[in-house]
Amino acid sequence: MATTLTPVLTDTWDADRSWSLATYEDAGGYRGLRRALGMQAGDVVTMVKDSGLRGRGGAGFPTGMKWGFLPAPDGGPRYLVVNADESEPGTCKDTPLMMASPQLLIEGMIITSYAIGCHHAFLYVRGEILHVYRRLLHAIEEARAAGYLGTDILGSGFDLEITLHSGAGAYICGEETALLDSLEGLRGQPRLKPPFPAVAGLYARPTVVNNVESIASVPSIVQGGSDWFKSMGTERSSGYGLFSLSGHVTRPGQYEAPLGITLRELLEMAGGIREGHQLKFWTPGGSSTPIFTAEHLDVPLDYESVGAAGSMLGTRALQIFDETTSVVRAVTRWTEFYKHESCGKCTPCREGTYWLTQVLQRIEAGQGTLADIDLLLDLCDNILGKAFCALGDGATSPITSAVQYFRDEFVAGTHTPADVLFPPEHSSLFSYTPKHTLVGVHA
Amino acid sequence: MTILSSGPTTSLVPAAPVAPVEPAGETVSFTVDGIETEVPKGTLVIRAAEQLGIQIPRFCDHPLLAPAGACRQCLVEVWAPGRDGKLAKMPKPQASCTLEATPGMQVKTQHTSPEADKAQHGVMELLLINHPLDCPVCDKGGECPLQNQAMSNGRASTRFVDVKRTFPKPIAISTQILLDRERCILCQRCTRFSEEIAGDVFIDLQKRGANQQIGTFDTSVLGFVGDAPLGASAEDTSGRPFASYFSGNTVQICPVGALTSAAYRFRSRPFDLVSTPGVAEHDAQGSAIRIDHRRGVVLRRLAGEDPTVNQEWITDKDRFAFTWQSAPDRITTPLVRNAAGELEPASWVEALDVAAAGLQAAQQPDDPRDTAVGVAVLPGGRLTLEDAYAYGKFARVALGTNDVDGRARPHSAEEEAFLGHHVAGRTLDVTFADLDRAPAVLLVGLEAEEEAGIAFLRLRDAVVHRKVRVLSVAALASRGLERLSGTLLPAAPGTEAEVLDGIGTDPSLAATAELLGSAGALVLVGERLAGVPGGFSAAVRLAQRTGARLAWVPRRVGERSAVEAGLLPSLLPGGRPVADSAARVDLAAAWGIDHVPSETGRSTSEILAAAHAGLLGGLVVGGLELADLPDPALAREALDRVPFLVSLEVRQSEVTDRADVVLPVAPPTEKSGTFVTWEGRPRPFPQALSSHAMADHRVLDRLADALGVELGLQTLEAVHAELDQLGGWDGARVGAPDVPASEPPVVAPGSAVLATWHLLLDGGRLQSGEQFLAGTAKRPVARISAGTAAAVGVQDGAGLSVSTDAGTLTLPAVVTEMPDHVVWLPTNAAGAGVRDALHVDAGAVVRLAPGPRTVEARS
Repeated sequence: MATTLTPVLTDTWDADRSWSLATYEDAGGYRGLRRALGMQAGDVVTMVKDSGLRGRGGAGFPTGMKWGFLPAPDGGPRYLVVNADESEPGTCKDTPLMMASPQLLIEGMIITSYAIGCHHAFLYVRGEILHVYRRLLHAIEEARAAGYLGTDILGSGFDLEITLHSGAGAYICGEETALLDSLEGLRGQPRLKPPFPAVAGLYARPTVVNNVESIASVPSIVQGGSDWFKSMGTERSSGYGLFSLSGHVTRPGQYEAPLGITLRELLEMAGGIREGHQLKFWTPGGSSTPIFTAEHLDVPLDYESVGAAGSMLGTRALQIFDETTSVVRAVTRWTEFYKHESCGKCTPCREGTYWLTQVLQRIEAGQGTLADIDLLLDLCDNILGKAFCALGDGATSPITSAVQYFRDEFVAGTHTPADVLFPPEHSSLFSYTPKHTLVGVHA
Repeated sequence: MTILSSGPTTSLVPAAPVAPVEPAGETVSFTVDGIETEVPKGTLVIRAAEQLGIQIPRFCDHPLLAPAGACRQCLVEVWAPGRDGKLAKMPKPQASCTLEATPGMQVKTQHTSPEADKAQHGVMELLLINHPLDCPVCDKGGECPLQNQAMSNGRASTRFVDVKRTFPKPIAISTQILLDRERCILCQRCTRFSEEIAGDVFIDLQKRGANQQIGTFDTSVLGFVGDAPLGASAEDTSGRPFASYFSGNTVQICPVGALTSAAYRFRSRPFDLVSTPGVAEHDAQGSAIRIDHRRGVVLRRLAGEDPTVNQEWITDKDRFAFTWQSAPDRITTPLVRNAAGELEPASWVEALDVAAAGLQAAQQPDDPRDTAVGVAVLPGGRLTLEDAYAYGKFARVALGTNDVDGRARPHSAEEEAFLGHHVAGRTLDVTFADLDRAPAVLLVGLEAEEEAGIAFLRLRDAVVHRKVRVLSVAALASRGLERLSGTLLPAAPGTEAEVLDGIGTDPSLAATAELLGSAGALVLVGERLAGVPGGFSAAVRLAQRTGARLAWVPRRVGERSAVEAGLLPSLLPGGRPVADSAARVDLAAAWGIDHVPSETGRSTSEILAAAHAGLLGGLVVGGLELADLPDPALAREALDRVPFLVSLEVRQSEVTDRADVVLPVAPPTEKSGTFVTWEGRPRPFPQALSSHAMADHRVLDRLADALGVELGLQTLEAVHAELDQLGGWDGARVGAPDVPASEPPVVAPGSAVLATWHLLLDGGRLQSGEQFLAGTAKRPVARISAGTAAAVGVQDGAGLSVSTDAGTLTLPAVVTEMPDHVVWLPTNAAGAGVRDALHVDAGAVVRLAPGPRTVEARS
């Protein structure tokens, strides 16, 4: 049976002024909130637990279970922090969601806050996306004016304020504890765990940190019920999610589908690889996940199957590369990103990405050695699992997987520059002349 | 010497008792490299391994700092029982510096786990890729944890052939602390120290990733107006540093050569140095230090480790201010004033004979009508216990007088009664450890950071980790008090007693009374309370009323020694009152003399007044700075007028200029001795440098000998034997002072009451010769309230002239939240000594006026 799209989060994206509260309400918005406010808070948690919703930010931790980790109320504040610091290369699901349907996120935040007993929720938005910040600000104002925020929401007696906070441009602040430090006005670096945020998070109070898409999925779960949610997806990866297709694909964009769909199916919906080309490699969940090749076209895109195939579902950021792309060049660009974004706290990530970049740049320039390839793998081994947080681990994934599938290209880097083997202008959708000049004997 | 039939029941200054072993709480059993061990719950794996003798390499880890897990050098393989009870390997190697041992855990270090070994080698290689190979010229080379652990846990060769990260070097964080960023491995020990321990965040991480670095901040951004350093330091790229009193500790805990001190940089190699343990001479805290010297020259001092006192920290003054001991103005031979009135070198025999003859003549003038009769002793406040004891015995036995007073600062009879009643003989009544445990600590006349650096750090630790409440009776809330999260009980100078009497009676101070009523609460009073009539009496009453324990925390190193050794006109050694005949008999028996003078002696002020009035025949003066005395001008005239003056000094001073005989004595590095902390804890230290210089007790013994009196204090052993034999006193004590609080002075328009205290770094004599340290001193300012500033017509930052009939001081005004009609000045800022310029101290009324328009801070 061919999988079909399941537009839930994206249902109203094509409506006129989809971001406005009126459009959202016309399409049935805030019905989930009304239902939730009529339930016991604990029942909402149970419902989300039963739905099997797993964190959509990459790690896939069961959302309801995370909520359940909060200690019993002690009279002090508890916080919901929504992680909207989406900044991984390839990942581009939360930004369009917040642009097209901000009220969905706000409704999710209200329901979640109600469920966990939070009266002040925070929305931490990536600093670079000012347009999203403005839209969210406006949406919060609209929701507040309509009585969905503030005191005694919809006559329920439940109070909630949302603070929208803009980051300052650091990828590391997508790591939940670094995000909390940044939100507190400190330097964005990951915290030592334990204590986990559920115990001592924002301002050392019990805190739930969830991804935008996870929270945006909550209203539909409350409205449709956990069984409805579980009717989609696989047994252990239930529900739907946004699949962000980018790169050498005919119709790139957001495809909302049940988890477990395959890239082959998604490519069919997206019109296939760009005309005249073949799939070479792809990332299943952003640049931090080991790359896949054409042999993985039929791997079901759920947490378990992707893991079994040697990668991670991550953020379902499917970056598609055709045969014109140099894997060495792609991996080098990603590694440069990690070097730039390493927070600097721990040695393996700070120094490792610094070194990896230099080795990769040598190979890209055709000036590597065979020993460099072994060095790359050994450095990755010395970083993976040794760094303070997952950023260092993520930096090694594209390198080790690329050497695994395309070792020949790295060997070629010992004598031929990547842009000679794969002229960049062949990869581009538009014709252009590369700015940089060839190096060494190839100049 | 008479031997008592029954030995003393207590010793004069008993050795500190061994800390009681804390009852063991819950423990955890686990193994490291197969060795079973049991540790208290919560113990970090790296600590537990240390106890087993297993050294796991590390950089960011420091036992006194919170775990960071930043360097990742201490990775180990860990197996732990899962929920099912089955032992399972943790998927990643774990940082042993952040991992608490849990029951049944099995830890495999680099010795038994190839995985841990490879992880450590990998991290070490990464640490070294950007580290310069400049060990041969680096100050840390030879004592460098990175160098050492690269040898023990690193690869033999590097695979890094690429471009290293470099920085312009060095950054001057202050005039004293320099930072070579390319050597930094970003372990964050320094930043964590400044944040967690000292609380004066003068450096922090900046930028990120491979560009991450330690940097300084613009002080104006952080709002440290008025606490900017004295020295030039504004030239570096990232802004000006500000004054920190503890910054030297960051140099010591830096595991690489990134942080260095200007004083020691490029001066020496660690393997050329000889180390001698010592005790810092700059305050009554008794910090353990390590003196590193080479061929008779001290090159640096480091913090020694003593968990009961200074843990592993010392103030910058203790660390860097040591050049005074070898200053060019050291007196190396005895000097005798010749007929022409000039001092000329003399032999010891000649000098002692001249001194003895002069003192004898002063005691018994040829002309019986001469009013200038008798000899008094002013020994100064920086003595070891042995030297203090020798001065006291010299005065009483050789000179037959109780005219001896170790207080070289403002003092009062009330204070003397307090010291005799409450302090003398009560050693280790309140200790540093009590600061950790106290629920609340009230500071009165004590600015902890400036006057008691280690007590400040221990209090801050207690505030941060155990929620100790600190309260301070003072004119204003200093940055030090803010960093203790302290509560200010504002009191204009002179009204402190009123505030103390209000605790427990005044409803507005009910919260304070309740805090002080809780078990373990402390009241710490400083020496400055001597300037407040009724202050000590009120403190004693407060302690009785609330049950809080009361301790005296003086500033100078010799203050407690002086009290214990009886360097007070009414007090004999061990708290024996002069007025108590039994005490005098006891002491006379121990000293083997007929009787101890029974007449209460004269205080420092009375002695100087007598000399000034021509009523004193001679003076024996120890290390005394005339500018420290309540009225330096009067003291100078007094010393000019006293017929015969003997000075025992390390360096030339104002006393030298007036002395008839000068006898050189040894500075602390050139003698052994025992300092006594404010707690009454003896801090013995050995001699660091070989020297011909003699300690005061030995010089006094020989001077007494020349006078025909045997003191029996020629050697340290002899002094100790006598102290042991003499022991403490369990008889009646001096009665408690009961002086009523005085009415606050009337402040006329244009006048204000003076508030003042010493800053840690100022114009003090023991800091001379250390220019880099001097640059980190706080810029001297005059603090006034906004109301006072408006009334005087002075704007923030403009010059304010503070004057008395004696003189005027002009300093930049800093508007501060404090009571109106009060002006605060640093007591002894370089070139701006309050007592010297104004001849007054805290509590006096001074005149205020706008000063010159622009005032440059002196440097």
